[in-house]
Parts: sequence; C-alpha cells; structure tokens
Amino acid sequence: MLAFLLRKLALLVPTVIGITLVAFFLIRLVPGDPIEVMAGERNLDAAAHARLVQQLGLDRPLAVQYGQYLRQTLSGNLGTSIVSREPVSREFALLFPATVELALAALALAVTGGITLGAAAAVHRGRLVDQAVMGAATLGHSVPVFWWGLVLIMVFSVDLGLTPVSGRIAIEYDIEPATGFMLIDSLLSGEAGAFASALLHLLLPALVLGTVPMAVIARMTRSSLLEVLYEDFMRAARARGLSPARVLIVHGLRNALIPVLTVVGLQTGALLAGAVLTETIFSWPGIGKWLVDSIARRDYPVVQAAILISALTFIAANLVVDLLYGVADPRMRHR
Amino acid sequence: MTTATLVEPAPPGPVHEAWRGFAANRGALAALAVLACIGIAALLAPWLAPHDPIEQFRQHALTPPVWQDGGLAAYPLGTDELGRCLLSRLMHGARISLAIGALSVVMALVPGVVLGLLAAFHERTLSPPIMRAMDVLLALPGLLLAICVLTILGPGLLNTMVAIAAGTLPGTTRLARAAAMGEATKEYVTASRIAGAGTWRLMFVTVLPNCLAPLIVNATLAFSSSVLETAALGFLGMGVPAPLPEWGTMLASARDHIARAPWVVTMPGLAILVSVLAINLVGDGLRDALDPKLRRLA
Repeated sequence: MLAFLLRKLALLVPTVIGITLVAFFLIRLVPGDPIEVMAGERNLDAAAHARLVQQLGLDRPLAVQYGQYLRQTLSGNLGTSIVSREPVSREFALLFPATVELALAALALAVTGGITLGAAAAVHRGRLVDQAVMGAATLGHSVPVFWWGLVLIMVFSVDLGLTPVSGRIAIEYDIEPATGFMLIDSLLSGEAGAFASALLHLLLPALVLGTVPMAVIARMTRSSLLEVLYEDFMRAARARGLSPARVLIVHGLRNALIPVLTVVGLQTGALLAGAVLTETIFSWPGIGKWLVDSIARRDYPVVQAAILISALTFIAANLVVDLLYGVADPRMRHR
Repeated sequence: MTTATLVEPAPPGPVHEAWRGFAANRGALAALAVLACIGIAALLAPWLAPHDPIEQFRQHALTPPVWQDGGLAAYPLGTDELGRCLLSRLMHGARISLAIGALSVVMALVPGVVLGLLAAFHERTLSPPIMRAMDVLLALPGLLLAICVLTILGPGLLNTMVAIAAGTLPGTTRLARAAAMGEATKEYVTASRIAGAGTWRLMFVTVLPNCLAPLIVNATLAFSSSVLETAALGFLGMGVPAPLPEWGTMLASARDHIARAPWVVTMPGLAILVSVLAINLVGDGLRDALDPKLRRLA
C-alpha cells in the first residue's frame, strides 16, 4: 500500500509543478502592465514604477522570480489582495470552510440520493421506477446548474417563501466562527434557532450543487448493480435464504460500489466548477464566489491564489479517491 | 435432397449500419429531430425571428408570454426588461451557443487527435511531455480552466471558444492516444508497417479511421458540455459580451426580475436544457450505434 501511495504521489509532481507555473504566469499574462496589475494602482509615475519593479523583484530573470514565487507559496504566503490589502491566505482561511461545507453537503445528498435511486432503478429494471429514475437522471445530467438554482429560488423562496435566498445564516445570529462550518458553529453557539437557520440556508445550494453528481451516481449505480445482480454469488446468497434486503445491500451493493467510487471522485471536479456557479447564485461566501468577484475587481493576486488552491484541491481529492480505490479493490494496488 | 441456393445480400456499409443502429433508438431519433429544429431555427434566425434581437420596445418591457394574462401576440415568449423580444433573442442565441459549442469541439478535436496519435506512436519520446501537459490542464475542472484562460485573453466570442476548447483538449488527447494504442498492436497495422508505410501514414491513414467511433461519441458529448459551459461563462459575465443574445448572458441579466417576470428566467434556461438534453441523447444513441463495446446495460 505504501508503494502504491508513493507511486501515485510521484505521478503528481509534474502536475503540481505545472499548476504553479500556470498560476505564476497568469498574473504576468493578464492584460495591462504587470507592475500595475500586481500593485493594483494605475498611472504610476516612473520613480514609483521603478521602485515597485525592484520591490517585487520583477527586474530579475523569470526563473528566479518563479523560484521566489514557489518559496513564498510553500511558506504559506499567497500574496496580498489589491482590494482589501489583506493577506490572501487570511481571506482564504475564512472562505474555504464555507465551500467545503457546501461541497460536503452536496456530496452527501448526491451519494445517498444517487445510490438509493440507482439501486431502486436496477432492482425494478424496465419498470416505471426504472424509467422515472433514468429519465430524471438524464435531465439532471443536462440541466444548467445556474438555471436550476434560479428555478429552485423561484419556487421555494419567491413563491412558497420557505427558504432564504442568500448567505449562510440569518443576519440576526452573530455566530463566532470556531470551526468555520456553520452547521457546527451554530450548534456550538447554543442560540435557539441558529442551527435551523443555517440548515435552511444550506439546503437549496447543496441541492443545486448535488444534482449533477446525483444524476451521474444514480446512472453508474444502476448499471454497476445490474452487472452484479445476476452473478453466481448473488444466487448463492439468495439460495442460502438470506433476506432480499441483505442480499441486495451486503452482497450486491458492496460489490457494485467500486466503480461508483471512481465516479464520485470524478465528480469533485463538477463540484468545484459547480461551486463557482452555486456560490454566485446564492451569495455563498466561499472560494468560488471569491474567485468570480476578484476577477470582476481585477484583484489578480486573489485570482492567482484561488486558481492554485482549486487545482490543488482537485488534485488532492483525486488522490484520495485513488487511494480509497486501492483500499476497496486490492487488485488496483498492483497495476 | 434439394440444394437451396442462398443469395447473400451485400453487407451494409458502415455508415448505413450505424444509421440503422441509431434509428432503432427512438429516443435518440426524437432528440435528433429536436436538435435539427434548433439548428434550423439558429441558421434561419435572421429571417424567421419576428424581431431584431437587440431592438428595444421600451413600452412593452417585461411583457409576459402570449398564453399568460397581458401577453401580446407580437412577442410569443414575452419580452425582457428592456423590451426585447425573447423568442428572437433565443433564436439568435441558438446561433451563438451552437456555433461556439461546435467550433470549440473542432478546435479541441484536431489538435487533440494529432497530439494523441503522436503520443501513441512515440511512446518513449513524445508521450511523456504531451501527457504531463494534459495532466496539468486536467488539474483544473473545465469551467475553472476556461475562467483562467478568459482572465488572460479577455471576453469575446473567439476567446470563449479557445477557453472551452482548452478544457476539452486533454480528454480528447487521452482518448485518441488510448484508442490508437489499442489499434497499433493489431495485425493490419503490422502488415501496413511491413509494406513500408511511414509513421505519418500509419497514424493518419491506417490507424485513425479505426479510432473514429469513440472520438465521434466523445465529440458529441463534448459538444453538449461546451454549450453548457458557454452559458455558464455568459452567466458569470465572462464569456460573450452584451448585447449579444447569448443564453447564459440573458439569464444573468434576468436574475433581477425573477420575482416579477419569471419567464425571462425560465425561457433561456429551457433553451439551454432542451439543447443539451437533445445533444446528450443523440450522443448516447451514437455510442450505442457506433461502439457496441461501450454500450451500457439496457
């Protein structure tokens, strides 16, 4: 297992170096004078310009600049926001938990919903349940995330008045961030109604973000379970008189879920991309909205950091899935 | 004993056979018809659309669709906040979405196939750098990569295509490489090599035609995600600039009127959903018809 882990990590080295190169050049390639882009000031006079070139080290060779960028990034210095003049890493630490909370909630919905629906479709193959689930999955796979969010807002917030439209919790609650996860923080605060408010705020965004992965997982679970359902060991399990539920869940699903795991891993990408759109619609204060807002404000150090962080998150998530795959299916370790 | 002579009918050509497989799938066939309608509406938009897509009829701003109270027959799907005819905008929007989607797929397919074949045929020399470069592109989910590219290039039609193609490229390259590697060890390729075919001939004349099935299926599915991504970029205000009637851009400006005029939100979204759904269903049908190995358990 350790060799498997090391091999996977070694494969990532070129990718991570490539991503830092992309982030490094991003800020140098955006339209405009790079000094003014980095300093966030327009129409600098020549003296200030020269001073900044020296200060930012832009007079040195690119390779040296890149080395400096790498050293800074590795030590946790992600630069300074042009707009807020705050260190990017501090803003990031505030916003990242919000995105993680949203993504985890969406993933939980997608996995439980997707596996349940997919299994139901496989068991009732060819019947109404199957057709309804597969139809819904095809729709869910094609729906534009941002429009789906607006439709849900229209129905649940505007028409029915059930759910809030934006933010993570109602403004009357002043929650001290302890973990950064609003669900946990609101519970810890002990304020009545805070947890319910946080949960209601999370519900629609998580549903919107989870829809596409749920559709994909449902399809994958169905086809994977269909392959397993007619295997000999399933017949053997039934022949031994095990209850249908036990046969399905312990013998069927456990074997069917290995390919589903890969799909879940691939969906982290959809979650990250979807988070950008979902957070924008619901004014959810996470890194997706941060990225979009920063592009609009031309706050390029933040854009650079957000891109780097998103890519690293995605790489890390894929690594975790690869490792889980190795745990779930020992044959994978020796490939 | 009588001997019956069987006249063997001529085997159907590959295109004919694929069409038969495709036509047997009623869902895919219906989707193709829908897609054809959208395509015709897009092609003929300047002549079919009732109004100019950017002409503003301020006195009729936010007119509901014709089947609702207050709807006007002149604006079948209603108007937006500036009094522009939604139907006309959607039809012209179809031109933009389908064109960006199709062209960005071509822009990814051509270099992707070349790079993939190069990697497959030069496993020691060219494959590692090409595939590592693709890994870097894959390290960012498509939409984020597109945002990254558009941050550098700035908004615009062509830039949006490039940005989306950048996200499609790694998948196409990997697929082309895998398909070509699967073919390269087969006997007909060896035979061709022994007959003296050079590497380029082997790559593009011998192997490529036999890798087309998965590439075509992949291109169809990439087409639908390109349409979705174009709309997403438009929605974020980074893709096609206003006042061009791009579906995603229309949704972005419609957000503020969601409570008063739900149709300005519903209509562009439905246009995106129906197009993407139709393309996906056609793609599924093509996969079943072209590539029996990829066929999902029905």
